[in-house]
Amino acid sequence: MKRFIYALGLTLACFGTAQASIDTYEFSTQAERDRYRTLVEELRCPKCQNQNIADSDAPIAMDMRDEIFKKLEEGQSNEQIVEFLVDRYGDFVRYKPPVNKKTLILWYGPAAFLTFGFAMVAMIVIRRRRSTRTEQNEQQLSSDEKARLSDILKQDK
Amino acid sequence: MSRGRLIAVFGVLLGVALFAAMALFGINNDPSELPSALIGKPFPEFSTNSVDDADAVITREDLLGRAALVNVWATWCVSCKVEHPVLNDLAKQGVVIHGVNYKDNNADAQRWLKDFLNPYQLNISDPKGTLGLNLGVYGAPETFLIDKKGIIRHKFVGVVDKRVWREKLAPIYQELVDE
Repeated sequence: MKRFIYALGLTLACFGTAQASIDTYEFSTQAERDRYRTLVEELRCPKCQNQNIADSDAPIAMDMRDEIFKKLEEGQSNEQIVEFLVDRYGDFVRYKPPVNKKTLILWYGPAAFLTFGFAMVAMIVIRRRRSTRTEQNEQQLSSDEKARLSDILKQDK
Repeated sequence: MSRGRLIAVFGVLLGVALFAAMALFGINNDPSELPSALIGKPFPEFSTNSVDDADAVITREDLLGRAALVNVWATWCVSCKVEHPVLNDLAKQGVVIHGVNYKDNNADAQRWLKDFLNPYQLNISDPKGTLGLNLGVYGAPETFLIDKKGIIRHKFVGVVDKRVWREKLAPIYQELVDE
C-alpha cells in the first residue's frame, strides 16, 4: 500500500512536468486563446525538432510563440501566421506539410504501396485458385472413362 | 518460374532497394541542418544600430555592392567563441564578413569584440532577434552568404571551422565575388 501511494505520488508529480510550458498571454477572447493553442501545437520547433513550439523551451520557440500572439492580436488569420513562419523557416515548421510535388510521396506513398501490396496478394491468390481448378478438372473423369470404370466395376462382381 | 511470380519477386526486390536507398539517404543527411527557406530571396529589410555606435544606423542598403558572409553570433553562444578565431583569420585574408549580434547585451558584445578582435565590417545589432526571426535563425552561430545584390545564396548552420570554409563556403564565396 505504501508503495502504491508512493508510485501514485510520483505519477502525479510527472503531470506537472509533462505539461506544455504555459505563457502568461492575456487574450482578448476565448476564441483567440483556442486559435493560439491550435497554432502552437501544430507548429514544430526548428531547434528541438521533435517538439511542437508549445512544448519546447528553446528560445526560438519562445520567440515564435510571442510572434504568434502578436499576430493574433493584430487580427491575422491562422493561414497568414503559418505562412509568415513558413516563409522564414520553411515547410519544416509545419507538422502538417502541404500537398505539393515534393511531398507527394509522403502523402500518397503509403496508400500507393498498400494498393500495390494488395494487388500482389490478389494476383497470387487468383493464380493459385485457377491452377487448383485446372488440376481438379484434370482429375475428373470424362464420360468415356466413367463408362469404362463402371464396366470394370461390373466385371468385378 | 512463371511470369507472375517473376513480377512479384521483382516488386519485392524493388521495395527493398527503395527502402535501402532511403535509409542510406537518412544516414548521410543531418536532420538538425534545415534547408533555409530564404535561399534565392533578398536579405530581409532591417534598420538597426551598430554594436560599436548606438547612433549609427545600418540598413539593408549597406550590405549591397559586395559579396559577403553574414555571421549571426552572440556572447551567450558557446560555439561562437570557437568560431571567432576562424572569422578573424578570414577577415585578415580579405573576406568580407558582417556580424549580426543576435539577442545579446550590447555592452557584452562590445567587450567581446575588444577582447577577441573584430572581424566584422558591419556590426549589426539585433537585441530583440527581429532580424534573426526574419532570417529564419534558430540558433547561433549561423552564417549566410549574400551576393552583390543582397540576395541570400547559401546558409550554413553551426561553427565555421577551417575545413567547412575550405570545403563548403570558400568555393561559393569565390563564385559570388567573381559574379
